[in-house]
Amino acid sequence: MIRTHATPHTPANEVDHPSSPVAVFGPDKPLALDCGVSLSPFQIAYQTYGTLNAAKSNAVLVCHALTGDQHVANVHPVTGKNGWWETMIGPGRPIDTERFFVICSNVIGACMGTTGPASLDPATGEPYAIRFPVVTIRDMVRAQAMLVEHLGIDTLFCVAGGSMGGMQVLQWAASYPDKVFSALPIATAAKHSAQNIAFHEVGRQAVMADPEWKAGSYLANGSRPEKGLAVARMAAHITYLSEPALHRKFGRKLQDRDAPTFSFDADFEIESYLRYQGRSFVERFDANSYLYLTRAMDYFDLAADYGGVLARAFKGTRTRFCGVSFTSDWLFTTAEMRAVVHALNAAGALVSFVEIETDKGHDAFLLDVPELIDTTRGFIDAAARARGLAAPPAE
Amino acid sequence: MADVQFPTGAAATRIDLVLVAGMVEPGSRVLDVGCGDGTLLRMLQEGRNVDARGIELSQEGVNACVARGLSVIQGDADTDLVDYPDASFDYVILSQTLQATRRPKVVLDHMLRIGRKAIVSFPNFGHWRIRATLSFGGRMPVTENLPVSWHETPNIHFCTIRDFLDLVDEIGARIDKGVALNAGGGQMRLTLPWWVWNLFGEQAVFVLSKR
Repeated sequence: MIRTHATPHTPANEVDHPSSPVAVFGPDKPLALDCGVSLSPFQIAYQTYGTLNAAKSNAVLVCHALTGDQHVANVHPVTGKNGWWETMIGPGRPIDTERFFVICSNVIGACMGTTGPASLDPATGEPYAIRFPVVTIRDMVRAQAMLVEHLGIDTLFCVAGGSMGGMQVLQWAASYPDKVFSALPIATAAKHSAQNIAFHEVGRQAVMADPEWKAGSYLANGSRPEKGLAVARMAAHITYLSEPALHRKFGRKLQDRDAPTFSFDADFEIESYLRYQGRSFVERFDANSYLYLTRAMDYFDLAADYGGVLARAFKGTRTRFCGVSFTSDWLFTTAEMRAVVHALNAAGALVSFVEIETDKGHDAFLLDVPELIDTTRGFIDAAARARGLAAPPAE
Repeated sequence: MADVQFPTGAAATRIDLVLVAGMVEPGSRVLDVGCGDGTLLRMLQEGRNVDARGIELSQEGVNACVARGLSVIQGDADTDLVDYPDASFDYVILSQTLQATRRPKVVLDHMLRIGRKAIVSFPNFGHWRIRATLSFGGRMPVTENLPVSWHETPNIHFCTIRDFLDLVDEIGARIDKGVALNAGGGQMRLTLPWWVWNLFGEQAVFVLSKR
């Protein structure tokens, strides 16, 4: 299933004709969105790894974060980089592709092949742009549930993800408790905090302040708000790190020079790094998608759907949970994850929780953090035993 | 947590845990506070078909538990019991951890709020050998069971069996069962008076419930 491409795809041709497999849902299968709109037709681009067993009991759904996509464990068709969670997924990894059938789909509203604001609106023949309906985390999960059904799978062995992916994990457990045998929410929360909404608003304003955004209709006008989106990414990227990690990695080191230039050039390494992060992001991401997906996270408040009591979201659940947080993550703090664990406890759920000590900030969930790998492996293996799945192949 | 803070000999630990496990009714719901690597939880889950959950401070302990398929939350008895709903367990167990909590009374209160019964095991600071070390040696005791010096030990709230009974009285709990183990790990006869337990019991295990 691993694909590589000699010529890099641009985001534009990945939008409607992605290199991933696509499930198309016609007028007979509309997606009922929280905002009241019925989206139809729509498509979901996804990747799979490993083999579905005869009992269809070994499927793992991986949910991606804000700027992630379905290319979780293969070379990315646009950037040529490795999959974004290859520390976690692959042969011999905790989510072992030799044991499990791993599915990762691009979320609704994104720009790597699943229908989103950059997709062509069949009604107009032009990209939806900001005429695309506002989507929520629950809409993403509804669409994924349709994909899982389309793939002929009734119950998922595990749903796993970090950050926005973790929000989807919690939503899955709440919306489809009988379809989720185990759930692995990492570095996430049951609601988006005021501080996080604030950072997202800064990013959206940066995009919308770029004259090239053209009230959202840039694709039809042959332009892209690259500067605005790059600034949004730069601001967001800071929130994914921690002060100690920034200090360790960059400190006050100067970039390819011995002294400050007395200008606004990128004198410091950290400036140069952020500019690079901004530049490379705009090559693969659609600015309007960034607006829609940040909005979806902002709107997420799982308890609100259950009378303000989070425990009710998990009432009677038989899903096995393992929550993970990181000490230096100030975007999705341990306190947020503890609130989820508290609710799961109150609901009598089978729940484990680990707070991992690291200075790597929110991004730790994507990195090779040994404690994360160990915890995940232990949880997945124990859940697989409980599910009656075969032991991992002998070394 | 338990093993780290009260390192007993392997045999003594096992006797203590076997004793505690034997006090739990089969098929019940149990929360083990300070569950270490999950040894007791495993005994309960496998031997007595118990729905066993745990809280553990150390990451290694939690990881060991998670890998064994146990549901364990990384947390602290002093700060995290407050998050548990009332009457959500049949038993809340605190094994060799009471003396390391900051507020033993509050912890006991929470245990009896969360569980129908509380099972508490602790080292008896009234044991004759400890008394002797303090009386005649003039020093804080460092024994086989309590091997850490006073300035390093996480055990900040030692008590004797009699002290514990006073606390039980103060929080208005009832003692359903009590057992003392002598230095050899043998159970002391129930007919013996309290002062004998307090002098010769090295460890004690009590089952408490609300009065």
